[in-house]
Amino acid sequence: MESALNSGDTAWMLTAAAMVMLMIPGLAFFYGGMVRSKSVLNMLMMVMGATFIVGVLWVIFGYSMTFGSDIGGVIGDPTEFLGLESLMADDPEATLPIMAFVAFQGMFACLTVGLIAGAIPDRTKYNGWLVFGAIWAVLVYFPVAHWVWASGGWIFEMGVIDFAGGTAVHINAGAAALALAIVVGKRAGWPRTPMRPHNLTMVMIGAGLLWFGWFGFNAGSELAADNASAIVFVNTFAATCAAAIGWLIVEKLRDGHMTTLGAASGIVAGLVAITPACSAVSPVGALIVGVLAGVICALAVSLKYRFGYDDSLDVVGVHLVGGLVGTLLIGVLATDLAPAGVNGLLYGGGAEQLGKQAIGAFSVMAYSFAVALIIGLILKAAGIMRVTHDDELSGVDLVEHAESAYELGEAGSGGHFAGIGAGAARRDREEI
Amino acid sequence: MKLVTAIIKPFKLEDVKNALEGVGVRGMTVSEGSGFGRQGGHTEVYRGAEYTVDLVPKVRVEVLIDSDRLDEVLAAVTDAAHTGKIGDGKVWVTPVEEVVRVRTGERGAEAL
Repeated sequence: MESALNSGDTAWMLTAAAMVMLMIPGLAFFYGGMVRSKSVLNMLMMVMGATFIVGVLWVIFGYSMTFGSDIGGVIGDPTEFLGLESLMADDPEATLPIMAFVAFQGMFACLTVGLIAGAIPDRTKYNGWLVFGAIWAVLVYFPVAHWVWASGGWIFEMGVIDFAGGTAVHINAGAAALALAIVVGKRAGWPRTPMRPHNLTMVMIGAGLLWFGWFGFNAGSELAADNASAIVFVNTFAATCAAAIGWLIVEKLRDGHMTTLGAASGIVAGLVAITPACSAVSPVGALIVGVLAGVICALAVSLKYRFGYDDSLDVVGVHLVGGLVGTLLIGVLATDLAPAGVNGLLYGGGAEQLGKQAIGAFSVMAYSFAVALIIGLILKAAGIMRVTHDDELSGVDLVEHAESAYELGEAGSGGHFAGIGAGAARRDREEI
Repeated sequence: MKLVTAIIKPFKLEDVKNALEGVGVRGMTVSEGSGFGRQGGHTEVYRGAEYTVDLVPKVRVEVLIDSDRLDEVLAAVTDAAHTGKIGDGKVWVTPVEEVVRVRTGERGAEAL
């Protein structure tokens, strides 16, 4: 029997999945440069560690929970594709191997959990974070991705447009980040002590990798190498440039300088906002989505000072707010010339789509916030959420990982080799 | 012999170095530091938030000189480091008992 496989689509989807994977270290560097030098390794490890765990969960039952046969509009059947074994057979009618879709969507799951980590660096126990990430993926990400993207999912069936993850990824992660920032609490000294990024070069490298990978994230969400994927690609680029300009203008007017951190943040804000909208707007619409996201997110990062939650790296201000901007603007700027084929408010489509978008966005926000808050409070009560005050001041890199990112002292620490294995140094000292 | 220690604004280092060379000082030690004086730090705006920065970046210049050149050296440093604005820094003088050049073992003024 002849295979219907489209090798162009398959090649693009495998490439896109690998590009989304590159966003994970990109995110780690983006966040890692923003924390203080004593916490950078922990930040990298939080993002990478979330990937290790969610990747394993995805293979075992996560994919099945997300894209298995729908149960009541809220969840996929977790046993249907348990361990993915039943998906290995070559389907002669498929144009795209289902495993390419499994790989692509798996990267989304890993990245989304990693996004949350930016709210709680410098002060969180590593094991507490990993446990949180695992539970949140199971109770929140897999179900919400099912709601939004799976056939039968209640948000999907309602007709909400979320092309690549404005609700399922960014609002979802941003709301969880807000809950965790509240549960874990402020960093010692915040907000009185300035906690400026320790390596802005790293932040911009991370933003660049995110931008590159995001073309896979958005254009790959078409699941084909076709005309729509190319439109999505251009929209993604347009919105990002406009958002960076929007953010920098706000900074220039408000603070007097256009900062590197502002440019990197503007890039990410634009990417976040265009993610749900990239299939629904024209390139000019994408510019408007972008510039509005840049301006609104640049203003939103100040909210944490007003309300007193230490969302350290602005996951709420960029991902939650940016996700809301993009998701809601679909209802305003969508044009039926774009692949999604829907008209928003400004294109004579009325307020119907806007209403649907709002229901989808706020449902995901409320659910993710509530469940993240409960998971966080339980882990906090169990004492595995936050390091001690002294350990926080010493730095989580040293305390949680026994490492420091920058060993710059030429004179060294004055130690000597004592032998192999834990306790060798102690035995050595006793002999002396 | 005297040790002259000057705390100056970082961007004034080049001027101070040139001025010291101009009056014949042939060696110096420069280190980066931070601190505050009577102005008590300053405020900074970053990412929409205003911070009080207590410790301001400074450069510390240290030179060993013969006692009879003190006035000349002090004038050179203060002239070069002066902007007239708050935070220009301070210069102080410490008596030095002995100096040894490590390579040759020369002592006192010979070692300067």
